[in-house]
Amino acid sequence: MEFNSTILSNVEMSPNYWRIRLTAPAAFAAATPGQFVMVRVGGSIDPLLRRPFAVYDVGSTTKADGTTTVHFEMLYKVVGKGTTLLSRLHGGDSVDILGPLGQGFVFGDDDEEKLLVGGGIGLAPLYLLARELVKRNSPVRLFAGGRSRNDLLCLDEFERLGVDCHTATEDGSHGATGFVTVALNQHLDALAGKKATLYACGPDPMLRAVAKIAADRALPCQVSLEAAMACGVGACLGCVTPGKNHSAHTPDYRCVCAEGPVFESSELKWGASA
Amino acid sequence: MSEKTVNMNVRVAGLDLRNPVMTASGTFGYGEEFSEYVDLTRLGAYITKGLCLHPRTGNPTPRIVETPGGMLNAIGLQNVGIDAFIEKKLPFIRSVDTPCIVNFFGETPEEYAEMAARLDALPEVAALEMNISCPNVRQGGIIFGTDPDCAGSIVKACRAATKKPLFVKLSPNVTDIVAMAKACEDAGADALSLINTLIGMAIDLNKRKPILANVTGGLSGPAVKPVALRMVWLVAKSVKVPVIGIGGIMNATDALEFLLAGASAIQVGTASFINPGAAQKIVEDMEAWMLAQGETDIRNLIGALKV
Ligand SMILES: Cc1cc2nc3c(=O)[nH]c(=O)nc-3n(C[C@H](O)[C@H](O)[C@H](O)COP(=O)(O)OP(=O)(O)OC[C@H]3O[C@@H](n4cnc5c(N)ncnc54)[C@H](O)[C@@H]3O)c2cc1C
Ligand SMILES: Cc1cc2nc3c(=O)[nH]c(=O)nc-3n(C[C@H](O)[C@H](O)[C@H](O)COP(=O)(O)O)c2cc1C
Ligand code: FES
Repeated sequence: MEFNSTILSNVEMSPNYWRIRLTAPAAFAAATPGQFVMVRVGGSIDPLLRRPFAVYDVGSTTKADGTTTVHFEMLYKVVGKGTTLLSRLHGGDSVDILGPLGQGFVFGDDDEEKLLVGGGIGLAPLYLLARELVKRNSPVRLFAGGRSRNDLLCLDEFERLGVDCHTATEDGSHGATGFVTVALNQHLDALAGKKATLYACGPDPMLRAVAKIAADRALPCQVSLEAAMACGVGACLGCVTPGKNHSAHTPDYRCVCAEGPVFESSELKWGASA
Repeated sequence: MSEKTVNMNVRVAGLDLRNPVMTASGTFGYGEEFSEYVDLTRLGAYITKGLCLHPRTGNPTPRIVETPGGMLNAIGLQNVGIDAFIEKKLPFIRSVDTPCIVNFFGETPEEYAEMAARLDALPEVAALEMNISCPNVRQGGIIFGTDPDCAGSIVKACRAATKKPLFVKLSPNVTDIVAMAKACEDAGADALSLINTLIGMAIDLNKRKPILANVTGGLSGPAVKPVALRMVWLVAKSVKVPVIGIGGIMNATDALEFLLAGASAIQVGTASFINPGAAQKIVEDMEAWMLAQGETDIRNLIGALKV
């Protein structure tokens, strides 16, 4: 759906990382973990295209008079024109939203461990996922990585859900020093072959590493991808990514906005470097 | 509600359209993708993604990049091929009571003619739009679309293969758009659609690399509108067949300007990415403008520019 949304709050939670809360129509409550929205920032022709962002959380408030209003949140990192403009908006301002869009995460068997791996802003779609998995009584662990402690977002909220958080930073300012995949591998060793599903979102090198770990250990793994997008609804074919059978002679492009952004990592082609 | 009504109907190349607003090829999928956002029966017509004989991979990624007031795309004409189109896309098209115009291309003159013949056999297809102008594929459209003799010969081949209205979509990447237009008209085109995208490029300074994997791409959006307006104006006064104006149309004002410049109908492209309901909104706002102006017939505006 497309709707005009009012900003309820927009705050910088860590240097360059912002958290925004927006109003939504009641039907938005059906958004599932991993889905995203396309935001029109500013009403002019520059920036022209909408910007895609994951849904961090969805909630509703019931007022004294019994009416219920739905809102959702996004976490965003200021990286360019659109996100800079977004960070300048205040409560009461409005933006145009298209969504929820795309295919989100699949929950799988409730009894097995769910291992969530997030790098930096890639934590954004994992919170709603963690909430849903916890509701299903699955054991959930989060492996969060970033350059420094400033890139580890909202860990307290994951902890409040009862999620075990393992952290790693490249500068050692929080948790282990280095990549979060080290801790992930250690935990998988400790699991000693027990079933687990991996869910990952973050920078491309991290996704590759996690997809490889999953493939080596024959574990199911879902990744949430980013791609340059124009339409967000599967019409422009701008956002495609190569699927596992892709080659010059056997085209197998998957549409990130409509068939994704979440894919089984084994369905994608990881050979071609980004 | 006002008692007054305005006539929005136009007749283009033998097609009776409820209004002059269509959606542009490659920006509206196969119609279905937008059915949640647009009442397709409010549009004059809709045009599907460029189609060819065999499924086509398209270009590597990144395929799109935003530029000031526009975007570059190098999709590379990825499409499902005509067999999958017939099997998977036609059922939806059949269910919509609005003319569907199929945009198509070929890699050889024979392929162009074969596509025209195969589309001619489909009752769901109201008209054909030949893309002779895609800038993205080295062996593709560009060869045909930049040389009047070449363009004329493939249009002639397609003309012989179909009795349906045949639109030819022109590339702006030529030195003499009027010569191209005339060659296509002489070869039997029933209407001319213009413009396709303008070739451009974008560079990532820090990486010292082009942003698009294809290096160059086609520019669309508000940035191209002045170029498109001029070309539509030039062509419309030089040919007898109707001209369909395309290029950076974001709202009713833009659309009406194209009609004044001589377009008998218009196509909405990139605007649908920003606002999926753009084409329908443009129809509604054009009607509102007509009412406010006391104008009763949209056809009075076509070519009514005072120069
Ligand atoms: C499905 C999906 C979910 C996303 N979720 C989030 C999120 O929750 N939080 C967050 O901070 N970011 C998220 N991103 C990335 C976010 O869309 C970009 O950071 C943002 O578009 C940058 O816009 P800009 O104008 O600030 O940057 P500019 O560099 O000025 O943007 C120029 C163009 O490039 C595109 N672009 C730039 N970076 C990216 C990118 N990484 N991915 C896709 N397109 C890009 C922009 O959309 C725009 O069209 C997501 C991307 C996708 C595809
Ligand atoms: C992503 C994208 C894909 C396109 N694909 C096609 C195509 O397959 N065939 C075609 O004739 N034109 C194609 N076009 C060109 C548009 O139909 C239109 O001519 C052009 O974008 C200018 O109009 P606009 O500025 O309103 O977008 C494409 C344009 C875009 C942006
Ligand atoms: S963004 Fe247009 S098809 Fe995915």
